[in-house]
Amino acid sequence: MAKFTPHTENEVKEMLEVIGVKKVDDLFNDISKELRPKSFSLPSGKTEYEVKEIFETLANKNKNLILFAGAGYYDHFVPAAIDAITSRAEFYTAYTPYQPEASQGTLQAIFEYQTAISRLTGLPYSNASLYDGGTALYEAIAMAVRTNARQRILIDAGVNPIFVNIVKTYIINQSLNIEIIDLKDFHCDKETMKSKLDESISCIVVQNPNFFGFIDDYEELFKIAKEKNICCISVFNPVSLSILKTPGEMGADIAVAEGQSLGMDLCFGGPYLGILATTKDYLRKMPGRIVGKTIDKNGKECFVLTLQAREQHIKREKATSNICSNQALCALRAVVYLSLLGKNGFKNLGLLNLQKTEELKSKLKEIKAIEVIKGDTFNEFPIKIKQPINNIVNKMLEKNILAGVPASLFYKNMQDILIISVTEKRTDNELYRFVEELKKIV
Amino acid sequence: MNVKNGYYYTKEHEWAYISGNRAKVGITDYAQHKLGDITYVDVVQTGKVVKQFEVLTGVESVKAASDVYSPLSGKVIAFNSKLTDSPELINKSPYDEGYIAEIEISDNSEIKNLMDAENYKKYLEGLEK
Amino acid sequence: MNTIFSKSVVGRTGIEIEKTAKQVEDILDEKYKRQNDAELPEVSELDVIRHYTNLSRQNFSVDTHFYPLGSCTMKYNPKINEAVSRLSGFTSIHPITPYINYLLCQGALEVIYNLSYLLCEITGMKKITTQPYAGAHGELTGILLMAAYHKAKGNKKKYVIVPESAHGTNPASAAMGGYSIISIPVNNRGEMDIELFKEKISEEVAGIMMTVPSTLGVFESNILKIIEIVHKYDAIAYYDGANLNAILGKMRPGDVGFDVVHINLHKTFATPHGGGGPGSGVVGVSDRLCDFLPVPFVERNKDGRYFLDFSVKKSIGHVASFFGNFGVLLKAYAYIIMLGKEGLIDAAEKAVLNANYVLKKLKEYYYLPYDRTCMHEVVFTAKNQLKNGVHAMDVAKYLIDKGIHPPTVYFPLVVEEAIMIEPTETESKQTLDNFIDVMIEIAKLAETEPEKIKNAPSGTLISRPDETKAAREIKLTCDI
Repeated sequence: MAKFTPHTENEVKEMLEVIGVKKVDDLFNDISKELRPKSFSLPSGKTEYEVKEIFETLANKNKNLILFAGAGYYDHFVPAAIDAITSRAEFYTAYTPYQPEASQGTLQAIFEYQTAISRLTGLPYSNASLYDGGTALYEAIAMAVRTNARQRILIDAGVNPIFVNIVKTYIINQSLNIEIIDLKDFHCDKETMKSKLDESISCIVVQNPNFFGFIDDYEELFKIAKEKNICCISVFNPVSLSILKTPGEMGADIAVAEGQSLGMDLCFGGPYLGILATTKDYLRKMPGRIVGKTIDKNGKECFVLTLQAREQHIKREKATSNICSNQALCALRAVVYLSLLGKNGFKNLGLLNLQKTEELKSKLKEIKAIEVIKGDTFNEFPIKIKQPINNIVNKMLEKNILAGVPASLFYKNMQDILIISVTEKRTDNELYRFVEELKKIV
Repeated sequence: MNVKNGYYYTKEHEWAYISGNRAKVGITDYAQHKLGDITYVDVVQTGKVVKQFEVLTGVESVKAASDVYSPLSGKVIAFNSKLTDSPELINKSPYDEGYIAEIEISDNSEIKNLMDAENYKKYLEGLEK
Repeated sequence: MNTIFSKSVVGRTGIEIEKTAKQVEDILDEKYKRQNDAELPEVSELDVIRHYTNLSRQNFSVDTHFYPLGSCTMKYNPKINEAVSRLSGFTSIHPITPYINYLLCQGALEVIYNLSYLLCEITGMKKITTQPYAGAHGELTGILLMAAYHKAKGNKKKYVIVPESAHGTNPASAAMGGYSIISIPVNNRGEMDIELFKEKISEEVAGIMMTVPSTLGVFESNILKIIEIVHKYDAIAYYDGANLNAILGKMRPGDVGFDVVHINLHKTFATPHGGGGPGSGVVGVSDRLCDFLPVPFVERNKDGRYFLDFSVKKSIGHVASFFGNFGVLLKAYAYIIMLGKEGLIDAAEKAVLNANYVLKKLKEYYYLPYDRTCMHEVVFTAKNQLKNGVHAMDVAKYLIDKGIHPPTVYFPLVVEEAIMIEPTETESKQTLDNFIDVMIEIAKLAETEPEKIKNAPSGTLISRPDETKAAREIKLTCDI
């Protein structure tokens, strides 16, 4: 049975002699009898081809659907070149770059990632990535609280509820208070938000486009908030920044996102990428790893992990966060993705998403039983149907189409809303079929 | 390790140089040596009220981060803003140019809780063992 | 600087996708658009491939170099794991699918269910959540579970106890959960001092976080007694699974009384480190904490169908968006079923054999603070070399010149000039002998020509970066 341990019997004998014990078991004498396992009944090992078959069978038990579901995680085209690079052993079997002389590859790649994120968001500083969008949002909120020591947080109801759920769990034992500001016509109720801004608020959180896909401009809201020293946190959709106003342009203090759209497969929930970018004022409160440029003893330019004093391995319980691992390989995917598409390709990608979404929207507007909710969108939009959404979705599933995300999964009073996403991957044929099948059902 | 006469010291290696009802505070030569190259000093807000031995600010070096505790109770009247651009002043001149802040002392009697130069020297010798 | 950005040529494009219609630009109002296009590279696909391929060649990695990083378990990452995790039947599934119709992703749900079952059997725990994305994340989850337990019982707890040798994420996680830390010194055997522990334990202690074997690589022989005392005060015992590789099949944290466990899949279960992630820190719990686990849970009904269970009575909520790093779970699952019972036990045995072999061969050259049988890793110090001004960091840099990734240095903090070596079980005697020879060479040079070591490395692309400058003059992007 495959074990990956190369020791021959002779070698084991030799080594035991050097150590001075008779058998390998003797090395475990510190683990007394009473500490031994009560049970360890695992199946016997398998050969590589047996394992392969088991996995192929499991993989085939998952249905390959045509995806019109988003909710923050999108079916974008993942270029083959990304896998080619990230499957290079020197990248994926390397460790965290604590020894810079042995890891300039990883360090430079992350430096380039930080640069790309900075240019994408319009904010000067990015870290080396966090686990995912939801945990990144928590970290942004923690940065705000650490800076202004206030306890109240205002979150627009249009911010991804999946992220907000994580934040709520994280702060269970902290004396922080979250208030969700209800939507107005599926958009951020900026007037109500403005009326609640006072010196007790640590930060406000908005999302663009929001969970329903609606675009908005938060520049004025941020201006007013900042006058009261409130930290402005903007959640964004990375691909949308190909054409949309950036968090930097709006005056955000911290921008966070789920980076899965930048070259990661959907892969049933992970690994994903937590993006976080910020301004100089919040730089030292930024959690996680950060790569910086410096010179070596011979004056040669090189890269190192920097500002490590913030991290848990030095500051321990006073650390900015407990985070240790980042998502280095996923950050690599993101920078490779953005480099492959490039300045023009990325913009074109954004326009393509916009175009296909508008196409579907206009076709759906022609269906009587469907109301396409008004508002400017990027690659996601909500529709209202007077029939049970789950029925409709399940009927579409029979045709191998995942028609969208029922809003009722996250918003109790939206039983009749379906959120549909269209990316560059949806072909004309798929769009046509979507409309035809939906027409038959409604 | 350099220990300056006329200064007062804490167990956590801070110093206070008292003139009248004011005191300049900083960290000792021993502390800067232990920390290594200082890379950052947290700004201290003027007007901040501090209690003896409570956290005044934080300093960071490449390999460590450390709280700086106030040697005396009082109100901060000045922060050595040169430290923002040149944190290395603490390494070069921990007792003079690299002072961290100046405070207005609220309770003179607290000085008895500090060590003078002789006693701090002895204290350091004890640590080296 | 030779970055991908510096290779840009205006107008050059990489990947081509469909062209858009001209009027698309006008769909959105100007007020919603960014003023200028993002300044991303303008390079060809070949440029990208060449640039990053060459970058990769500047890295040390397990597949290219011996990587005895203590505490990290840099064992070989079997390639079959990579292959099966890339099957499109897994990579193309949207995580929202089971929320809408779980019948459409039975394969993925089965992977989570089966992996959880196997990990429960390996660790002796009752239930597993696969949500935590990394070890530190698992620790935070464990702390949140601890806090939820105490809240439900109405206990007023303030502190978490950790040994001084604990990994920095332990106190950091406990602090994030709202607790203050009590740190217990380590005794001269490298174990948490049980007498000092007894002095500090009280009704106000919420729990204890322990690594077994400890981060010093030695077994915590008082573990049963410690946990007994912990439970007497209705506190929770947390097991940091970073060193699980040493005790596979020899001890199960659940059996000795731990209430909550995190498992680093990227350590013990051979999923790749990725240059610093993604990892996975799945968490297992005993009966006491089952009611608080994050939702949703993967359960199996009597028809053998897997579904999402949201009925956890007092769940803490969500610590991840969905089910954790699924792509990593796949690799760990493949590894466990391939090794099977005998393979996992063998992994622990050979890991401990390799570490003790290195210990025996190097103890006359390097100071061994805890002179006893080690487990899967051994901690030396550079104390003997220090008299000639040679530090642990210098030893590390010289090893790089010799094509060996350094061991962990300066951790754990309780040992000055620590050098922590974890060979792992996948390394051969030849590799170990070569490493031992180089370490002996260093010890000898430290006596005769210490400058050679202090000036290392000299054969690498860069040498001794100025970390102070990096922290003082912050340059995190090409633009600043």
